Amino acid sequence: MYSEKVMDHFTNPRNVGEMPDADGVGTEGNPTCGDVMKISIKVKDGRIVDAKFKTFGCGAAIAVSSMVTEMVKGKTLEEALSISKETVANELGGLPPQKMHCSNLGADALKKAIEDYKSKQM
Amino acid sequence: MRKCYFDHAATNPLHPQVFDAMIPFLKEDFGNPMSVYDLGIRAKMAIENARTQVASLINAKPSEIIFTSSGAEANNFALRGIALARQNEGKHIIVSKMEHHSILNSARFLEKMGFAVTYLPVDKYGLIDPDIVKKSITKETTLISIIHASSEVGIIEPIKEIAMVAKEKGIIFHTDAVAAAGNISVDVKELNVDLLSMAAHQFYGPKGAGALYVREGLRIVPLIYGGIQENGRRAGTENVPAIVGMGKAAELAKAELSARMGSVKKLRDRLVDGILKVENVYLTGHPTDRLPGHASFCVEYIEGEAMLLLLAARGIYSASGSACSSKALKASPVLLAMGIPASLAQGSIVFTLGTDNSDDDIKYLLNEFLQVITRLREISPYAKGWGVWRKVDNVFRKSNGPFYKPQECW
Ligand code: FES
Repeated sequence: MYSEKVMDHFTNPRNVGEMPDADGVGTEGNPTCGDVMKISIKVKDGRIVDAKFKTFGCGAAIAVSSMVTEMVKGKTLEEALSISKETVANELGGLPPQKMHCSNLGADALKKAIEDYKSKQM
Repeated sequence: MRKCYFDHAATNPLHPQVFDAMIPFLKEDFGNPMSVYDLGIRAKMAIENARTQVASLINAKPSEIIFTSSGAEANNFALRGIALARQNEGKHIIVSKMEHHSILNSARFLEKMGFAVTYLPVDKYGLIDPDIVKKSITKETTLISIIHASSEVGIIEPIKEIAMVAKEKGIIFHTDAVAAAGNISVDVKELNVDLLSMAAHQFYGPKGAGALYVREGLRIVPLIYGGIQENGRRAGTENVPAIVGMGKAAELAKAELSARMGSVKKLRDRLVDGILKVENVYLTGHPTDRLPGHASFCVEYIEGEAMLLLLAARGIYSASGSACSSKALKASPVLLAMGIPASLAQGSIVFTLGTDNSDDDIKYLLNEFLQVITRLREISPYAKGWGVWRKVDNVFRKSNGPFYKPQECW
C-alpha cells in the first residue's frame, strides 16, 4: 500500500537522532492515534543547515519525518515554512488517504521547530 | 529471502490433501447437487460426505451442520437467525467485548431493530467471568453468544461454564469457534452449546467455506431465502469444491489434532520465551488458557504497523491490533477492553503459528524481531526515557522469568 519511496524512507530513514545543540525543537502529537514526532533543527544565517528527528508512529510517519528532515536542509526559514503535508506526500510519491494525517504531523512539527528557533532569537 | 508465515489467525495455507480432494469438483465433477442425474448425485454425495466429516470434528450429527460461505456468515446467521426466531419471547441478547466484528456488527444491527444488547466486560487477560454472564441475564434474554477463542489475544474462554449458565436459565447459547475449531478439541456435546460457528480456512481448508452447527430441533430464521438447499435454511447453489475441501480439512484436523497441537505449542513456547527476554515487552492474553499456536505481545515505545512492515520486508508475516495498522485508525477494541492503555496497544504485534512453521523459522524470527525492535526504538523518542511515557504499573512489569508468570501478562 506504500509507494517505493515511502518504503525506502521508512526502512532506511535519514537523519534519525537527537541534536543536543539544536537551535529549535518542535514536537507534534497525533490526536488520532497518539503518535509523536520530534524535529530538531540547526540554523545558520537564516538557513536550516541540519535537521534530525525521532518518531513514534507508523511506517508513513517515519517516512514523513525522514523526508521532511531531508527537504529542509539548505532551505531558508521562509522556504521551510512553506512545506505542507501535500508537498511532503508528493515528494514521497503519494500516501494512502488514511495516512495523510501522518504527513501533517511532519509539517506541523517542523513549523513548531522553526517557531521555537524564532522565539529564542527575540 | 526466507519466508516465514506467522499469520495463521488471518488464514492458513491449503493442506495439499485438501487441494487434491477439491480438484475433481473444479473440473469434471462440476454438477449441481440439485440435479437428479448422476453428475448431480455425485456432487450431492460429496457434500453429504463433507457434512459427516465436519460434524465428526465437533461431535455433532451431520443433520446439525449447515454450510455457509464463511465464519462471518455463520455468526450473522446465528445471531440474527435466533434473535428473530425468538423475538416473541424477549428482545435482549448478550455478547462480549471479545467478539469478532461479524458478531458485534450483527448485534448493532439487532439494536437498530429494537433489540437490547449487553456487551460483557473482560478482565486483563480477556477472560469472561461466567458469574457476570449470569448477572447480565434478564427476563427478556433469549440468546447469549460468546467467542470460543480470540484470534487477537489467543485466549480460550470458559465456554462450558458459560453454556451451563445459559442452560440453567433456558437461554440459547452460541459460540463463535472460528479460531478454535480444528485447532483445539471442540466437542458440542461436552460444551453443551446450541450453536457454533466455524471456518475451513482456519484449519488448512479453503476460504469461502464455513459452517454453523445448529442443535437438532432448534428453530432458526434463514439469512438467505431461495431454494431448498441445506434443508431450506440456507439457499443458494452450494460451493461444492469448497465444501468438499472443508470436509477433507476437518477429517485431517480430527486425525492430526493432538500431534498438531503439540508441535505448534512447542514452537510457540520457544517464541514467547525468546521474545519476553526483550525489555519492556508484554504478553497479551492468558499465559496458559490460550490457543496452542498463538503468541501476542505489546512492545513498548514503538508502533505495530511499523514493526509488521519491517518484519514483512524480512519475509516474516504477522499481524497487529494497533490504531495505525487499522483502516479506521482505532486501536483494537479487544485490547482496550482488556484495560491495555491506548499507548501500549500501539505496540501490538501478533504471531500465529501453524504446522508449516519450523524450529528454524522461530530462530529466524527471534533474530530479526530483535533487530526490528532495536531499530524502531532508536527512532522512537520514548525509548530513551524522553517525554511523558505512561508509567506501567509495577504489577505488569515484565521480568525475565518464565512464560507462565501472570504478572508478565495483561
Ligand atoms: S502515525 Fe498513526 S497512522 Fe501514521
